[in-house]
Amino acid sequence: MNYLMEVTFNIIVLAKQVPDTRNVGKDAMKTDGTVNRAALPAIFNPEDLNAMEQALGIKDRFPGSTITVLTMGPGRAAEILREGLFRGANDGILLTDRAFAGADTLATSYALSMAIRKIGEFDVIISGRQAIDGDTAQVGPQVAEKLGVPQITYAENIEKIGNGKITVKRRLENGVEVVECPLPAVVTVNGSARACRPRNAKLLLKYKHARTTTERQTEDVEYSDIYSNCPYLNLREWSVADVEADPVQCGLSGSPTKVKKIENVVFQAKESRRLTDNDVEIEDLMKELIDSHTIG
Amino acid sequence: MANFYTDTPQFRHYLQHPLMRRIVELRERNYADRKTYDYAPMDFEDAMDSYDRVLEVVGEICGDIIEPNAEEVDHTGPAVSDGRVTYAAPTQENLDALNKAELMGMGLARRYGGLNFPMVPYMMSADIVSRADASFQNIWMLQDCGETIYEFADQEQKDKYLPRVVRGETMSMDLTEPDAGSDLQAVMLKAAYNAEEGQWYLNGVKRFITNGDADIHLVLARSEEGTKDARGLSMFIYDKKNGGVDVRRIENKMGIKGAPTCELVFRNAKAELVGSRRMGLIKYVMSLMNGARLGIMAQSVGLSEAATREACNYAVERRQFGKAIIEFPPVYEMLANMRARTDASRTLLYETCRFVDMYKTLEDIGRERKLTPEERTEMKHYSRLADAFTPLGKGMSSEYANQNTYDAIQIHGGSGYMKDYKCERLYRDARITNIYEGTTQLQVVAAIRHVTTGTYLQQIREYAAMPVAPELEALKRVLSDMAGMYEKLVEAVTAPKDDDYLDFHARRLVESAAHVIMGHLLLQDADKNQELFRRSAEVYIRYGQTEVLKNYSFVTESRVEDLAYYRPVFSE
Repeated sequence: MNYLMEVTFNIIVLAKQVPDTRNVGKDAMKTDGTVNRAALPAIFNPEDLNAMEQALGIKDRFPGSTITVLTMGPGRAAEILREGLFRGANDGILLTDRAFAGADTLATSYALSMAIRKIGEFDVIISGRQAIDGDTAQVGPQVAEKLGVPQITYAENIEKIGNGKITVKRRLENGVEVVECPLPAVVTVNGSARACRPRNAKLLLKYKHARTTTERQTEDVEYSDIYSNCPYLNLREWSVADVEADPVQCGLSGSPTKVKKIENVVFQAKESRRLTDNDVEIEDLMKELIDSHTIG
Repeated sequence: MANFYTDTPQFRHYLQHPLMRRIVELRERNYADRKTYDYAPMDFEDAMDSYDRVLEVVGEICGDIIEPNAEEVDHTGPAVSDGRVTYAAPTQENLDALNKAELMGMGLARRYGGLNFPMVPYMMSADIVSRADASFQNIWMLQDCGETIYEFADQEQKDKYLPRVVRGETMSMDLTEPDAGSDLQAVMLKAAYNAEEGQWYLNGVKRFITNGDADIHLVLARSEEGTKDARGLSMFIYDKKNGGVDVRRIENKMGIKGAPTCELVFRNAKAELVGSRRMGLIKYVMSLMNGARLGIMAQSVGLSEAATREACNYAVERRQFGKAIIEFPPVYEMLANMRARTDASRTLLYETCRFVDMYKTLEDIGRERKLTPEERTEMKHYSRLADAFTPLGKGMSSEYANQNTYDAIQIHGGSGYMKDYKCERLYRDARITNIYEGTTQLQVVAAIRHVTTGTYLQQIREYAAMPVAPELEALKRVLSDMAGMYEKLVEAVTAPKDDDYLDFHARRLVESAAHVIMGHLLLQDADKNQELFRRSAEVYIRYGQTEVLKNYSFVTESRVEDLAYYRPVFSE
């Protein structure tokens, strides 16, 4: 009999597979101005990894806690779920359906919120501040709105969690602040938070064969018999119907964002000014740049 | 974003060696662990995939965490206060990262929580870690002491200590004393048995103990009062939890500054006997040292890799006389030789690992069931080869690490002499590799009997019988000439039947054997992957040929009487 109730939390991590825009080569953009995804390696969105680490930090402190990684994307985004499992997530769900394709942030947050409702009870949802492909930083906050729970953005560290509350240090433009809010809540994590831990060797070996049903049907899977013996190797895939979403609010049809124009912006030093090595001149320029919001 | 595993395709090449299938099948006992452990492999391909994936994690941790920390580790180093050692903060960060990734106890059996990796992928990790920070490899590699507990301690001790090693508790091997360095028979640390308590107690001093404030120590001590030689020494485990050992000071070293080198004082420290009394040095330390020598070999290879890359990057960037200095023949010759020596050391390292894997795994199976006569023969064969190749490899690779780091500074010119460049640290770190775990001179002592009994020659003949592509035949002929010269050398040195004369030329003989062996191994590598190894094979075999010729000319011109010119003259 357990006299002490173990304190645990149900954590959902929202993660996205993105093209690696950090090392952009010449062929990163197509001539029509859209991202050439084929030319860029698909990676775990960097700030979502910071989010993952925050979730793992809670699990370190409260070992019975569970982490579910939720991602929306095409079939290959299952890789994100595996990457989560290799680091200590308990479970992963891939939200995938043709009807989800072409979603803007509104349609994405709708789909995610429906999936979260299906998951059921949760204490905290953690995601990265923004994804490096769209840079909108809207999905986390919109998910909070749709679920009707409070949100803390720009989180740098989850300082405390328990007694129905969460305390978070936020990274702001000119400093940090520590805020507290009731659970359940959504926390979006800033890139300045500590880096995610490396993959764990034993988890890596345990979960390396984890596959979604679609992957098992489409890929040449070598060890087909293990999926019935090891249920943890079956990754869940949910469709529009599975999460009981309204198809009209999903994907392209649910996305009010319309792309008006796409431009290639090439930075050119059109205007140059020559300064002497005099401190006053340098300081003046600094002030000017800060005032014009060019830097700072 | 650097990955020290995937950026070095040599590793995957060595993982694919044909002998790996047999090694893995023996090691995994027909993959029986899969029933009990969810992280055990299902078959050979699955096991190979597991090594590859785990090494990728090691490579990532080394590239992203350990290497970027190395400079600060070197500058800060560990500290000692109140008898306890604190690592430099980034050293601790490295350890935490590896612990969180559960990369400790890589070579240990799964029933103790280990990954059950064979030596080959395990030493690849050591190779990669050393390239990132040689001083950190010392601390990390000491987990190998767990292997000695596994082989020689009783079941209760294994159950008690091995899971702790896997959880990240650090280890040390406490052998050296102020008056017992190369000559460990002189160890004096006293082990006394209190029959009433049924407890051993240790008293005395140990010196130059790497990671001396470890959680679990293996200690060589004199258990037989009144004895003065190796037969009075036994092996003990000291558990830091029991207390009784303090760190009196840490040495201020030239290199590997991140690894604390401690002077330890044992004051009635409780200890547990490992295995049988009197077997401490004769059996257990010999085994421990062989494992440690393999670790130093890997450390040397990692340092050589780092030095070669540093030098190459600098030579590409540095411009003089209107072009990058790498375009000048004297510079690119140095770089080509560095790459060749690095590849030569590495191919020898993994060949040695395979021999160790073969005999150790068969030996371990022999603890579970009776080996078949064929298996016994196989075990003896590989045990002999491991015994021959370990000192050969440790000696050669550590000397090459020195030479490569020396050349890396030379290529950097004046900048290399400044503290601002990494090559300076590599040079200092490399300097210990041909000293500790037995100096090169002592490796020669261990290797020479394999010259005189023909172990090397026999193995050279095995290599010579392996076919190569027609375009590599010319190199093979050079190796055949070199082998011929080596045979004549051995004959010339052994003919006078004079021990001093043999000792005098021993290093020349051992090195000549090494050049032929490494040449053959690189040739085999080139035969499988010309793109990756052809250049190194061409360069190394030319270099080795010159060295063998040099030795040949020196030895054939020398006479027993010449030693008189070298012997010290004592005037009283």
